[in-house]
Amino acid sequence: MRFAWTEVQESFAAAVGAVCARECPPERLRALWDAAETAQPVELPGWAALADQGLLDALAPTEHGGLGLDAVDVIPAAVATGRAALPGPFVEHAFVAGPVLADRGVRASAALGPAPFAAHAADVDVLVVGAGDRLCLLDRAGARLERCRSVDRSRRLARVRWDPGAPRPVGGPAELAAAFDRGIVGFAAQLLGLAEAMLERTCEYVRERHQFGVPVGSFQAVKHKLADVRVAIEFAAPLVARAGWAVTHDGERAGVWASMAKAAAADAAELAARHALQCHGAIGYSWEHDLHLWMKRAWALSRAWGDAAWHRERVARVVLDGEDGP
Amino acid sequence: MDLTWSPREEAFRSEVREWLARNVPAEPLPSGDTREGFAAHLEWERRLHEAHLSVVSWPVRYGGRDAGPWEWLIFEEEYHRAGAPQRVTQNGIFLLAPALFEFGTPAQQDRYLPPMASGAETWCQGWSEPEAGSDLAAIRARAVRDEAGGGWRLFGQKTWTTRGAFCTHLFGLFRTDPTAGRHRGLTYFLVPLGIDGVTVRGFGRLDGDEGFADVFFDGAFVTDDAVLGEVGEGWRIAMATASSERGLTLRSPGRFLAAATRLVELWRRRRGDAGPATRDALVRAVIAAEAYAAQTLAVVTRSAAGARPGVEASLAKVFWSELDVVIHEVARDLLGPEAELDDVWARGHQFALAGPIYAGTNEIQRNVIAERLLGLPR
Repeated sequence: MRFAWTEVQESFAAAVGAVCARECPPERLRALWDAAETAQPVELPGWAALADQGLLDALAPTEHGGLGLDAVDVIPAAVATGRAALPGPFVEHAFVAGPVLADRGVRASAALGPAPFAAHAADVDVLVVGAGDRLCLLDRAGARLERCRSVDRSRRLARVRWDPGAPRPVGGPAELAAAFDRGIVGFAAQLLGLAEAMLERTCEYVRERHQFGVPVGSFQAVKHKLADVRVAIEFAAPLVARAGWAVTHDGERAGVWASMAKAAAADAAELAARHALQCHGAIGYSWEHDLHLWMKRAWALSRAWGDAAWHRERVARVVLDGEDGP
Repeated sequence: MDLTWSPREEAFRSEVREWLARNVPAEPLPSGDTREGFAAHLEWERRLHEAHLSVVSWPVRYGGRDAGPWEWLIFEEEYHRAGAPQRVTQNGIFLLAPALFEFGTPAQQDRYLPPMASGAETWCQGWSEPEAGSDLAAIRARAVRDEAGGGWRLFGQKTWTTRGAFCTHLFGLFRTDPTAGRHRGLTYFLVPLGIDGVTVRGFGRLDGDEGFADVFFDGAFVTDDAVLGEVGEGWRIAMATASSERGLTLRSPGRFLAAATRLVELWRRRRGDAGPATRDALVRAVIAAEAYAAQTLAVVTRSAAGARPGVEASLAKVFWSELDVVIHEVARDLLGPEAELDDVWARGHQFALAGPIYAGTNEIQRNVIAERLLGLPR
């Protein structure tokens, strides 16, 4: 029994974090926000550098040109992408499509959640979708995309539809469930990273910001809010790691663990966003301040691919009602 | 990450599970916070001790098995899964013993640990006083040097002392240097409660059981070997082992996993009465119990690698104590009108409400988290 990341996993995450910090500063995120309405594909900050690092194809098998890693190996790196609010369909491409897409040259997003939304659908070559109970690939050319504006404009969201016969099946119900579970574990990891980043930024701010002649972080009302965020992160993180193990090693009940992780990480990120904004006060409410780049991503990802209540209900159907799977 | 148990660990689990299946009383014992129930629980402790299961993580020569932290965790999980009796010896074996192992002399260890392991001597914690609750360093009880006798004379009052009316011994902090700073003049004493000059008066907790006590000291004499560690080092010793109380030693995840399982069983019996809000709250509790179990695996991994429990224990204290309250609130919602009845869930609810108060209130824990983990200014 050993419940810890390896040095390799941690150093991979540190390298990814460094690339994200270099390639994806807030100015570049804001530029992407400005391109929210553009129909043409946009360049995604950091995408080429992370491809060079192997991150984007980390979960693809080596015989298909990937690194052949599993979800556990890549979770710390996914947390690092969340900390940087890295834009782009990283989770969809690496966690969802990586293991099922043989061609390394294409860029993928996915729409497997309860709503037919896909992030960056216009910026990719192929979409992973569920048609009936089958896992399918859908070329962008064969998809009918309806642009929608996410609260996080950097996501370049679209509603995805297709004509019958357009999606190409690559797996059955088990593969569809596995792809969905890998995806929500990836999003859970990013939500953790977002929560960590918002907590750190807010702690820095309340140490510096003075009112009544003292740092506002010395007030107990502020301390207790941020302590609650720290507690929420502390107990969501191990569920995300546990879910990574489950989708890699436990076929049985992998979906229960994955949904527990998504629910807990979403709640932690929503709490972090709420308290981060409140503790920043009016400055955090200003468009010019960067807090909302993280906050809005948290709002988006906490709802994408099933919100916390949706995932708790998925857990309930197994744990309470005794249904099989997921 | 490797979430598999070794064959040796699995064998230990089987042994514990089988022993508990054969030995756990079919009918629950009376509350260990009453005189009669305390005696019944000590009888249980004697049987645990005979099977070398009362203190599995201690050295063999003191009645343990030299079990590592993983086996300890397995033991706790099986113990709670089996619905085995509460541990009325917990304040000695979980809170005092870590301090004795770290700061005690070999003579003190030999004197105190074996009877603690068997339940022949039972310990209560003498921290709180009428004017020293959350502000523990405000302790006024004092120990005055008795040069002629070669020891110390104790004065003052401890209160809210759990099971103080039934225990044989008290470990507590006393002020030995009234001129030193608040934290510096305190000394950690090991005191038999039967000696002259000590008066114990039990009183009722919220549930009416005599689980609390006032302990009055009126010149009670103890010799120098009643001092644990150095004179004046009491605060440091108490804080060094406070993490045991706040963290997983006192409240292992097995307890909450078992409580969540009982809650799910209750839900299956009462589901017809439960609305969607209760269903969602129940799943939240189940997820939180699993989160605590998973977080504990991370903590034990660090401790197996030699790390000491630290300030992080405050995170666990807040989490498990509030989880315990939530579990019982969901149970009350499931029980509907029957939640009014004074049964096992009502008792559990009242006990759970103590969790956010004892071992440092959760408000104090949140201050610790903010100041020591997040670096916010005092």
